Amino acid sequence: MTLFAEVGYAEPWWIQLLKALVIFAVIFQLVPIVLLAERKVLGRFQHRYGPNRVGPYGALQPMADIGKLLFKQQFRPKNSIGWLFALAPAISMLTAVAVMALIPFSDTVDIFGTKVGLYGIDPSIGILYAFAFGGIAFYGLMLGGWASGGKYAFLGAMRSAAQLISYEVAQGLALVGVVMMTGSLSLTRIVEAQSGSGNVWYFIPQFVGFVIFLVAGFAETNRPPFDLPEADAELVQGYVTEYGGGRFAAFYAAEYVNIIVVSALTATLFLGGWNVPFLDPPSWVDPIVVLVKTLVLVFLFIWVRATLPRLRYDQLMSLGWKVFLPLATLNALVTAILVVVL
Amino acid sequence: MVYDPGSDVIEVVRAPEPGAARSTYRAFGETLRGLKTTLARWAEGPHTYEYPEHKTPVYPRFRGRHKLHRFEDSGLEKCVGCSLCAAACPADCIRVVAAENTPDNRVSAGERYAAVYEINMSRCIFCGYCEVACPFDAITMGHDYELSDYNRSNLIFTKEMLLAEPLERAPLRKAGE
Repeated sequence: MTLFAEVGYAEPWWIQLLKALVIFAVIFQLVPIVLLAERKVLGRFQHRYGPNRVGPYGALQPMADIGKLLFKQQFRPKNSIGWLFALAPAISMLTAVAVMALIPFSDTVDIFGTKVGLYGIDPSIGILYAFAFGGIAFYGLMLGGWASGGKYAFLGAMRSAAQLISYEVAQGLALVGVVMMTGSLSLTRIVEAQSGSGNVWYFIPQFVGFVIFLVAGFAETNRPPFDLPEADAELVQGYVTEYGGGRFAAFYAAEYVNIIVVSALTATLFLGGWNVPFLDPPSWVDPIVVLVKTLVLVFLFIWVRATLPRLRYDQLMSLGWKVFLPLATLNALVTAILVVVL
Repeated sequence: MVYDPGSDVIEVVRAPEPGAARSTYRAFGETLRGLKTTLARWAEGPHTYEYPEHKTPVYPRFRGRHKLHRFEDSGLEKCVGCSLCAAACPADCIRVVAAENTPDNRVSAGERYAAVYEINMSRCIFCGYCEVACPFDAITMGHDYELSDYNRSNLIFTKEMLLAEPLERAPLRKAGE
């Protein structure tokens, strides 16, 4: 019986449990690294050092930050809606981590005689799953802003809703080209289609799709230059205005998990996943290759943040609907024709 | 009747501007140029002085913590307690109480000396008027600027503190630096 979707390969339940724990652990090791990297790299871009006081090279700064946030008083505005206010950061966190289960770090490998797929799950509807959780993720921001009971939070939530919906369309359409070239929604299939001789990574034939996916990814993760839901200058902090302490830490960490997830998705879909060009490394190298590609894209996120100023709201909307959506549609159309003709 | 604003109101045409493809291409190019610019800043490296370890040298005329002086040969205080510095002080942070020198208790070179000389550093604005007002060059501005303290009362500097050789913690800028 198929409950939700066909699954490429399923292990016994205890391996799946172990895999879930490992993926969770790896992601939560990456979050402080990305947190620190963001501040250090941003500092370098601005002729500064960034944090370098806590621990060697400031390595313990994220720990100190998170520790500080967790020890703060849980504060809730009087006219907020209690359970939604508490639920919103949890939704943000959950959806961010859930997509990470999709990222394939390698194909199925033998570990001590047991066949294990180095991914959380490989459903045949992989990309749809990612977008489904992306769709739920915006409830996190939306409910967070709405349940706060403040006008800035509400405005931020409205903006994030509009922005996420606008860019999800373009992001989805940008992937249609990749899906058509592969003929599958499964992420491992997509990576395999980019491996071997004669096949190139999809960012070359699907360059337009790659750029649109990446830029829409910036918008989806509310990163500069698309950080309008937060927009410190006009909306205080947008949907997180009323949050503090642990709940703010959850939103904060979810933002960075989202960056990692979008980077890993881009690496998987367009940069050939665990493949290395002209080389055929042993399978234990594969997860490292994926991580390196992910971190390179994370660097790109930070680099773009250091470079571009925030868009005005109407510019954001016209970029999404007037430039990216037609471009993504055209890309899908051209790809469809070429796939049929060739 | 239809409202007619007249010629004062300029009509703004809201329509897609021509050359969208070219401007999109240009925006893309400009974005890449911006990314190149920021990466060049990265390559330059930080321009930061890491303050507590590395102090910016101060100029010789820098106005920092005050110093009171003695005559080098006789060891007598230069201050004669005239209170001109206190009168010149716009922040009113100097307090001088003068006393008469006696033959067996000679403190300063003049007729009188400052029995009490206090500067309230929490009020001082480091304008240097006291230095200008002093007829005997008894008070000058030093180079030390690290004056913070945990207690406000510790910031009232007494005559003994001002006369003592101060810690020169701030490096002096050399010629051409």
